[in-house]
Amino acid sequence: MTFTLFQSIWSIVVLITFLGIVVWAYSGKRKSAFDEAAQLPFEDEPVTNKKTSSE
Amino acid sequence: MTNTETYNYKVVRQFSIMTIVWGLVGMSVGVLIAAQLAWPVLNFDVPWLTFSRLRPLHTNAVIFAFGGSALFACSYYVVQHTCHVRLVFPALAAFTFWGWQVVILLAAITLPLGITSSKEYAELEWPIDILITLVWVSYAVVFFGTIMKRRVKHIYVANWFFGAFIITVAVLHLFNSAALPVSLWKSYSAYAGVQDAMVQWWYGHNAVGFFLTAGFLGIMYYFVPKQAGRPVYSYRLSVVHFWALVFTYIWAGPHHLHYTALPDWAQSLGMIMSLILLAPSWGGMINGIMTLSGAWHKLRTDPVLRLLIVSISFYGMSTFEGPMMAIKTVNALSHYTDWTVGHVHSGALGWVALVSMGAMYYLIPRLFGRELYSLRLVEVHFWAATIGIVLYIASMWVAGIMQGLMWRAVNADGTLTYSFVESVQAMHPYYIVRTLGGAFFLLGAVIMAYNLWRTIADAKPVEVEIPEPASAH
Repeated sequence: MTFTLFQSIWSIVVLITFLGIVVWAYSGKRKSAFDEAAQLPFEDEPVTNKKTSSE
Repeated sequence: MTNTETYNYKVVRQFSIMTIVWGLVGMSVGVLIAAQLAWPVLNFDVPWLTFSRLRPLHTNAVIFAFGGSALFACSYYVVQHTCHVRLVFPALAAFTFWGWQVVILLAAITLPLGITSSKEYAELEWPIDILITLVWVSYAVVFFGTIMKRRVKHIYVANWFFGAFIITVAVLHLFNSAALPVSLWKSYSAYAGVQDAMVQWWYGHNAVGFFLTAGFLGIMYYFVPKQAGRPVYSYRLSVVHFWALVFTYIWAGPHHLHYTALPDWAQSLGMIMSLILLAPSWGGMINGIMTLSGAWHKLRTDPVLRLLIVSISFYGMSTFEGPMMAIKTVNALSHYTDWTVGHVHSGALGWVALVSMGAMYYLIPRLFGRELYSLRLVEVHFWAATIGIVLYIASMWVAGIMQGLMWRAVNADGTLTYSFVESVQAMHPYYIVRTLGGAFFLLGAVIMAYNLWRTIADAKPVEVEIPEPASAH
């Protein structure tokens, strides 16, 4: 396999991988898991201690 | 359930305080060298104080001492808080702090002495490079060791950005710093000619992409939701943002070498990849700003949040300007002019420094169990910094475009219209405005230092217990 052929195949593999990640990230199955993950920064404080908005 | 384990705040406190100290040092040197360009007499005919030696001191101090300390502090804080676990290997974590401070001190001694490898943003000579490698490997062990010990299943997106930043900077540093030492303070690059230039700018642009972008995006993805009190706008977008940025950034380096001996195809590749970069950059910017969706009113009352959001706006501006400047025909005008300097500072002051300062306003009171001394002073800081940045980048746009036009102007007979020194002379008023802008920004940083010092002056360090994870992720 020539180096150029290897590079071409690699570029396509990387592109397909990336598109796969996009499809995976936006698939309905992942929605609830990602919604939970988005809450991770707020789980380090006790609920009673949660800062309220200044308004 | 009681959990007696506490967070390791000591190393976070150390890095946070040094962030403020090195910020003041690095920005002061920046204002001095800006003034030297306007009034050259300010080098006082002392070799150690010439622009050529203080400029790398300025860039190293603000990027690696100020920015680096902010990244260490924030990543150590965030990884503990989002993994619900204490930092692993406390001795190694302490080594990263003291080792990094020694690196900075050695830089502050060697650079004014004129000891340099003359690679931009990688000027430090080989013995210091070895120490950097040791500190960085220890950093990776501590950070990823803590991730491995986590008590929640999911690795929060901020940690992905910190992780990419740590790994990539390690690879960049090792490859670009490869050199043959000929004495204790002199070495020659392992690469020659155009290969050396390409390796240097592969390093240089990814230092921007991973040190100054990915790392600080990690800060954004934790501290903006925390300060706004609501989760990130779209977690899915943050996942795509991460992978798009990682896949693309690494190829953008050749745009630093347009119209050089670098093969034309490589220049074009660098230009195309730089243009593609606009998509992930703006995806991330929108994700950060839209986190405020439904809570915009908080911007009126919370100057810390305003600092963070304006920093993301500058991120958007400079990541639009960057791809534009990477277009070869635009670059033909902008390259080697002060436009580049303005672009860099739009990113460095507007994005990196403001997001770090916002994070420090969040972090330092919590590390000492105090409320911030004065929100009013944060407000003053915000305006001083914003006015400073606008003066800086606007003067450099005008100066840069004028320089570019003067250099390329030709008479009917083909001779150059202007001599080089005429373009230097034309810069004088803009260099004064730039110095003023830098001074405003420094004033803001001094106000911040005073505010944070009053916050913690009579405070004792606090130990905070790690809460149980809410659910099994």
